[in-house]
Amino acid sequence: MKNKRFYSMLALAIICANSLLACSNDTSSVDKSTTVLNAGLELPTGFSTIKAAEGLGEARHITVTPQGDIYVKLSSAYKDKTIYYLHDNNGDGKTDVQTGFGDYVGTGITIKNGYLYASSNTEVYRYKLDAANKVIDPSKPEKIITGLIARFQHDSKSIALDNDGNIYVNIGAYSNSCQEKDRSKGSMGIMPCPILDSAGGIWKFKADKLNQTYADGIRYATGLRNVVGLDWNNSTNSLFVMQHGRDGLHDLFPDLYDTKQSAELPAECMYELKEGVNCGWPYVYYDHIQKKKIINPEYGGDGKKTTTENFIDPVAAFPGHMAPNGLLFYTGNMFPEKYKNGAFIAFHGSWNRAPEPQKGYLVAFVPFKDGKPSSDWEIFADNFAGGPEFVSPGKAKHRPCGLAQGPDGSLYVSDDSGGTIYKITYKAK
Amino acid sequence: MKKIIITILVVAFFSLYLFAQTNIKPSVNRGKIVYETYCLTCHQDDGAGVPKLNPTLSNTSYTTGDKKKLITWVLKGTTDKIAIDGKFYSNNMAPQNYLKDEEIADVLTYIRNSFGNKASAVTVAEVKAVRATVK
Repeated sequence: MKNKRFYSMLALAIICANSLLACSNDTSSVDKSTTVLNAGLELPTGFSTIKAAEGLGEARHITVTPQGDIYVKLSSAYKDKTIYYLHDNNGDGKTDVQTGFGDYVGTGITIKNGYLYASSNTEVYRYKLDAANKVIDPSKPEKIITGLIARFQHDSKSIALDNDGNIYVNIGAYSNSCQEKDRSKGSMGIMPCPILDSAGGIWKFKADKLNQTYADGIRYATGLRNVVGLDWNNSTNSLFVMQHGRDGLHDLFPDLYDTKQSAELPAECMYELKEGVNCGWPYVYYDHIQKKKIINPEYGGDGKKTTTENFIDPVAAFPGHMAPNGLLFYTGNMFPEKYKNGAFIAFHGSWNRAPEPQKGYLVAFVPFKDGKPSSDWEIFADNFAGGPEFVSPGKAKHRPCGLAQGPDGSLYVSDDSGGTIYKITYKAK
Repeated sequence: MKKIIITILVVAFFSLYLFAQTNIKPSVNRGKIVYETYCLTCHQDDGAGVPKLNPTLSNTSYTTGDKKKLITWVLKGTTDKIAIDGKFYSNNMAPQNYLKDEEIADVLTYIRNSFGNKASAVTVAEVKAVRATVK
């Protein structure tokens, strides 16, 4: 009798263990019972959203193949994997298959010329794709860039490729404003800022050469504190980036800035980068209210003094601290004409506007004509946070991070707080 | 007799506890102002911090745990990257050693008794003692 019970318990245990194992397998089906129309987002008339995937954790950047499959890069492992391939079996927009691979956390991911490129915080890898744009050998990527600086602050490496075999990598500054003592009240800036030799800019490497280090690349553009969102614009044939502006004007220099000015300034800036340009960090910031480049207080500024140095102007400026993490130039045919060649920007959402209310947690749009913004920015998709009471970094239910365009012209948005991938489509009424 | 002594001890302890609790109120109130002036931007009005960047102050062993460690953290700041209850945060914290002993005692008493936390007060003497060892 006792033996019988023991064996039935054992059998039960084995069944339980097996089902647990089945669940932890990195290829699994997704429960579709939680579908919510429009997925909680506020969108212009005619647009709708569905959640292509949910629960992936820290979903950073994404890319979509010509077949409509999604690759997403995670900054924290989900079921021990850090890149996910998502496939929609029946064409309803929700993905049914998740296949995980990769063991390095990171942000950057993109597809170019038959390869999937993905970054850790120190390296860039690439995977050969087959004719269906599936990774041929997920366990054996080629390491194309190695040894990049990652000192916690601004350590994510975003990537974009041009049409001439080059890859551009952001290397963020491991500092807020190059003070002698980082983020210390009243501490002055180091002159010249020593960080800029190996960070605080965009580096250019070959897209097909293995094991490149700093010595193999060139510093393509400098004076950029931190870039997370960047995209190659095929209509201008140039690189566009979104800079995260400096923090703490009031906290570090309370005599020069009040909390309201500190919340609004400096602007989050979009730059068009040509080789060799300097965007001015840490010496200056862009004030979108005065429409001027202002000398940072760490370098003798007073909130008004402008620079005479040869730093470039932004092509577009946004309110402070909204944290632009994704940039995408729209080339699809699904959305109305005004969106063609315009820029979508995923604003992750602010924290440094406190004690003023936070801002961001939205996807913005800037219309472009002849390669330049043709009018002010507007909110495209809002309410990622989940309501006004959730507009704060700790409470937001979702925080937009990456953007990608589907083969049908739909727009995908990733969320690194709730791990959701949104698919936004348009249908004329 | 034994029972009476125990009862007296319990009552005494409880009244002391109550006294201590009511007595921290002025310190908590002063600490709130210090918090709003020097700490709130990074740690947020609800003490929740910023995921991946600035540590939360609520329900963490650092806030309600060893006072000496907490005082040292405020005085020295940190650029070291260590896990706080298993989570990493990217931003550096500057030394806040320009704050007076009383301000540090008040603000730490405030955060140890706000955002869902409940822990003993930090005294000016405790801050003074730690400051003497921190260079």
